[in-house]
Amino acid sequence: MQDETHWCSFHYQKELALTTYEHAGVGHIELFDTQSRLSHWCYTVSEIHSAHHLIKCFNQQLNHYLKGRPKDLITDSTHDEIGFTEKVSTSIEEQTPQDTVSTWILLRLWRFAKPYKARLLIGFLLMLASTAATLVPPYLTMPLMDEVLIPYQNGNPLNVDLATYYLSGLLGAAVLAWILGWSRTYILARVSERMGADLRTTTYNHLLKLSHEYFGAKRTGDLMARIGAETDRINLFLSLHLLDFATDVIMMIMTAMILVSINPWLALITLLPLPFIAWLIHLVRDRLRTGFEKVDRVWADVNNVLADTIPGIRVVKAFAQEEREVKRFYDANQRNLEINDRVNKIWSLFTPTVTLLTEIGLLIVWIFGIWQVSENQITVGVLTAFLAYLGRFYLRLDSMSRMVSVTQKAAAGTKRIFEILDHVSRVPEPTRLIHLPNIKGRIELQHVGFRYGTRRVTHNINLIIEPGEMIGLVGHSGSGKSTLINLICRFYDVTEGAILIDGIDIRSFPIAEYRKHIGLVLQEPFLFFGTIAENIAYGKPLATRQEIVAAARAAHAHEFILKQPHGYDSLVGERGQALSGGERQRISIARALLINPRILILDEATSSVDSKTEREIQAALDNLVRGRTTIAIAHRLSTLRQANRLIVLDRGKIIEVGNHATLMAKQGYYYQLYLSQTGHADADLSSPVDSNNHESNPTKEWK
Amino acid sequence: MNYAAFKLSRDSKNRLTLLDEIQQKNHQVLAIRAFPISAPDEGIALVDHQGNELMWIENLQDLPTESRRLIEEELTHRDFMPEIKQINSVSSFITPCIWWVETDRGDTCFTLKGEEAIRRLSLTALLITDQYGIHFLIRDRTKLNHHSAKLLDRFL
Repeated sequence: MQDETHWCSFHYQKELALTTYEHAGVGHIELFDTQSRLSHWCYTVSEIHSAHHLIKCFNQQLNHYLKGRPKDLITDSTHDEIGFTEKVSTSIEEQTPQDTVSTWILLRLWRFAKPYKARLLIGFLLMLASTAATLVPPYLTMPLMDEVLIPYQNGNPLNVDLATYYLSGLLGAAVLAWILGWSRTYILARVSERMGADLRTTTYNHLLKLSHEYFGAKRTGDLMARIGAETDRINLFLSLHLLDFATDVIMMIMTAMILVSINPWLALITLLPLPFIAWLIHLVRDRLRTGFEKVDRVWADVNNVLADTIPGIRVVKAFAQEEREVKRFYDANQRNLEINDRVNKIWSLFTPTVTLLTEIGLLIVWIFGIWQVSENQITVGVLTAFLAYLGRFYLRLDSMSRMVSVTQKAAAGTKRIFEILDHVSRVPEPTRLIHLPNIKGRIELQHVGFRYGTRRVTHNINLIIEPGEMIGLVGHSGSGKSTLINLICRFYDVTEGAILIDGIDIRSFPIAEYRKHIGLVLQEPFLFFGTIAENIAYGKPLATRQEIVAAARAAHAHEFILKQPHGYDSLVGERGQALSGGERQRISIARALLINPRILILDEATSSVDSKTEREIQAALDNLVRGRTTIAIAHRLSTLRQANRLIVLDRGKIIEVGNHATLMAKQGYYYQLYLSQTGHADADLSSPVDSNNHESNPTKEWK
Repeated sequence: MNYAAFKLSRDSKNRLTLLDEIQQKNHQVLAIRAFPISAPDEGIALVDHQGNELMWIENLQDLPTESRRLIEEELTHRDFMPEIKQINSVSSFITPCIWWVETDRGDTCFTLKGEEAIRRLSLTALLITDQYGIHFLIRDRTKLNHHSAKLLDRFL
């Protein structure tokens, strides 16, 4: 491409054509005249908007030049009005991950600490006081030694009063430290527990607001691990380790101060190993940091295997792939082991080294102390006090070095949590909101295009659906039917063009408010764990019992619900009552009916059931469809018998529109599709159950 | 709702029958609570033996006394759900285990198969299902005595 960096100019002339196509994430713009390709440019698909805009402008300008009337460039009014285009196009950069975790990322947790400022301050003061109180007893060993024990050893009588005085001071300090320590831990642990809970809820809340696409790209196990385990780890860090760490630091500073005040020289000797240990900590930290991040990722892998196989257990068993899944789990665990082994290798060396250094430190103090005592520079009491302090001091240092791993783990966890929190939804809330309490349900698709990653799914779809009209989407799988529905529901945002409801771009409504107007019935009805009544009222939790029963009746679900052991109070969902596919579907239809939406979307609502159940569901659907703008996808064309218009899609484009009769008369794509299905329906007829039932033959249904 | 055309009686075999005024036909019916746990007195359906709903009663209180008595009688037989007043002892804290309880229908014992057989209805109400599917209700667990609450707490 080096030789193409120079500028070229081409004049607008007849037969000049600018085209674009893209393949695997790279877009190409080509300029042709009648004979040959004049030039060729490449771009990344993130710039697809601009490319299409360029071509649009080019064609317009060319047209005007040929007619001799140059004009200003067109602007895309729907986009600029609302101001979401930038957001969409920048989202790719937002996802570039940071490679290293800095411990400073923990500071970002301050956002969650803010509401508890006052309590944190009290806790901190208590921490100072309690630490100070724990430092009193070693200080008292000094006078105890010098004023009580040594004089007694030298032949003086035991000064009982003085001994009692110091000993009660010892006891008093211990009790005080106990009370202060207890209240400190209680207050701070409470605060950090609440911070952890906030963190978890905020993350979950944010996660649920992310677009459909995010969930498509992430694996369940990974997300579950992040929200469950990582927040717990951060929580533990905040409530236990951070507290200990802060106490240790304060303790060390205070101890150092006391030591210096008693004897600066001895203090200097005592603190000598400290820089070594600090250096050692620093050295190990870098290695551990990357190690722990790896451990986290591998742990997510292990979770992913579980999240894959447990919901898909029937497939696993049906294909007798238990061993393979066990192998996968074993492999994930094996990686977990490997990485942990590597981390532990460093880790196992680290702690004993710190201990060794502390022992050497003690040894030095002994040597120096004995020498000083022999020189009469210090008293035995001072040496005893130093050794007492030192024991605590190095004990703390040891536990502080343990902090390294915990801090690194927490930092890695925090990073992974903030990865979710920092992720901006690709279905952004609009900057300028338009509220729409009631809608008529007129849907307009203008030049709608959508690409999933680098793959173009739909292209330039134009369609107007009138209020109350029922539209059937027809086409082979992969023709873009579901994508179109996802776009109308705003699970994804269009990459090109716009979708308007009652003439307003759907991107200008608050998402939750917009979706309240849409009732969705899916192929696989999902029931949450809870009672049937709760499941029906899912979209309208405050619905009265009368409303719930009415919706269930309209969905033809009332009678089978009454047969359940607890009627509407029966448990369904994961481990609840087993309901058949048709029954679950009718509950989900009741759910859609209850919110009384203006727009109804049926995504293969009857494809997973047999034809008897389909008729039952169909009766329920007929109630649901009445008076609403309905978009239905159905594999079985018989389901669409009520549709006003059928839209035939192929490879992301509308190829035919019309009702059944006109489409059949046209003998085009739909005709072929229909013929292939009636063959299928005939096969249905030959089965013994349906042999007498001509209703299931769609040919009878069409007028 | 108009209950004027509503004629409920018991036939010779002591089965509940509903007289359909229009078709002049007797139907053997079952009374079913739509919300046996959350609202036992609201929404009662009278269904025939095929499960087809013949009559819907919004609220039991709206009925004439005689019909109400008949339905209530029927429901007591149908919905057997003893209410646990006190837990005397349990055989073990590891399920399956046997519970000895006092209920409003008398003392009994039952086998709890797993912790998932204890279902939370609300913050305070619990429904315990025994190995045969009989449901025991704890209407308000905060009102249980100390001993019972302590035993129960080990399973929650």
